[in-house]
Amino acid sequence: MPNTMPKIRKNIAISESGFVFDPLSGESYSLNPLGLEIIHLIKNGQTYEDLSEALLAKYEVDQETFDRYFYDFVAALKQFNLIEVETDA
Amino acid sequence: MPKLTIALSGLNNIDSPGPGIPVIRGIRDSKILNPRIIGLAYENLEPGAYMHDLVDKTYKVPYPSDGVEPLLERLKYIQEKEQIDVLIPNFDSELFTFMKSEKTLREIGITTFLPTLNQFEERHKSNLPEYGKKYGVNVPYSEPISSVQDFLQHKEKFEFPVVVKGKFYDAYMAYDLDQLGMYFNKIASKWGLPIVIQEFVKGTEVNVVALGDGKGNTIGAVPMRKTYITDKGKAWGGITLEDPTMLDLTDKIISQTHWRGGMELELIRTAKNGLYLIEINPRLPAWVYLAVAAGQNLPEALVRLALGEEVKPFQGYASGKMFIRYSFDMITDLDEFEKLSTKGEL
Repeated sequence: MPNTMPKIRKNIAISESGFVFDPLSGESYSLNPLGLEIIHLIKNGQTYEDLSEALLAKYEVDQETFDRYFYDFVAALKQFNLIEVETDA
Repeated sequence: MPKLTIALSGLNNIDSPGPGIPVIRGIRDSKILNPRIIGLAYENLEPGAYMHDLVDKTYKVPYPSDGVEPLLERLKYIQEKEQIDVLIPNFDSELFTFMKSEKTLREIGITTFLPTLNQFEERHKSNLPEYGKKYGVNVPYSEPISSVQDFLQHKEKFEFPVVVKGKFYDAYMAYDLDQLGMYFNKIASKWGLPIVIQEFVKGTEVNVVALGDGKGNTIGAVPMRKTYITDKGKAWGGITLEDPTMLDLTDKIISQTHWRGGMELELIRTAKNGLYLIEINPRLPAWVYLAVAAGQNLPEALVRLALGEEVKPFQGYASGKMFIRYSFDMITDLDEFEKLSTKGEL
């Protein structure tokens, strides 16, 4: 379970079809429907518990598997510089 | 607005295009200007000469390398017929001649809006390390060389790969001394000496098109990343970026140098988000129409500055605006080619 939920960078544009545009790098990406759903839940300020509860109820997946996939997904968002970088300041 | 006659070069709208046609498109899009466009062509097959919807009349002109006098004589002849108000040279290789001739051109009624000779000289590729130091800008280490032997004297300062650059155009990556020698000869035979050897900085190439008013103000600036690059390193596709650090760097350069005219900054953004200036091109680039489409009609603003008008800086632009270049087989008739090649006018 993550300590804090990631924050999607403010200027990232995400369309209803799951097309993501980063205006800083000019890169674009495509989210699948589940990725888009998770992004929306993150943007809506859901806690990890609420997000995980909602998705476990909706899809056939166990907690452990969901945790793993969620971490992978967030790691990909981080790798593509789509989330705010935490600073120690 | 009364009819304004604007002459432009750079009509070579080919796979490595000159900026002439995109600059003309910007001027034609203007809701303020009422232009008559005069093309200045160096070659008979520059496509712009045959694009009659964009260019009203084209004149062949001698290469600047033939000397200043023949070019000025030809311009005086054209001026008698056309009464040119503003002239926009679009090739790096002709800018020096036009800058030197600014006063003479003004005397016959032609105004330009070009960088000063000092601004032009100090941003040369061969002067880039001094430029970086003077203005506090990160630049890759480089040395101008006149022979491969020259490089051997500096080789301790470099690690392969290095970038081998011509003074006006062309750049190749050399992975060893043999390749360096090969590219040295290739570029030197085409563009002359010196050749610049530049440290290779790994990262993403990003560019800014900008316009300075000569008083230290940035009239407009739009950053872009090439999304498709040809084997000649030219952008075949690009997208506008929202990058405050690139705009800050542009402002810093323009405000300190009091840059006058169009410019293109070629930058490398490293993985750690550092920006390195690798080149300043002293004119609007061939992708300038992307800036027009994104909300900053820089060619129009340049013309207005040349006319002595007060131009307010643009506020913002659309990020995520894209261009995709394409080729097109324009059909023309032999008599058109005949006119340009025999009479020098079309």
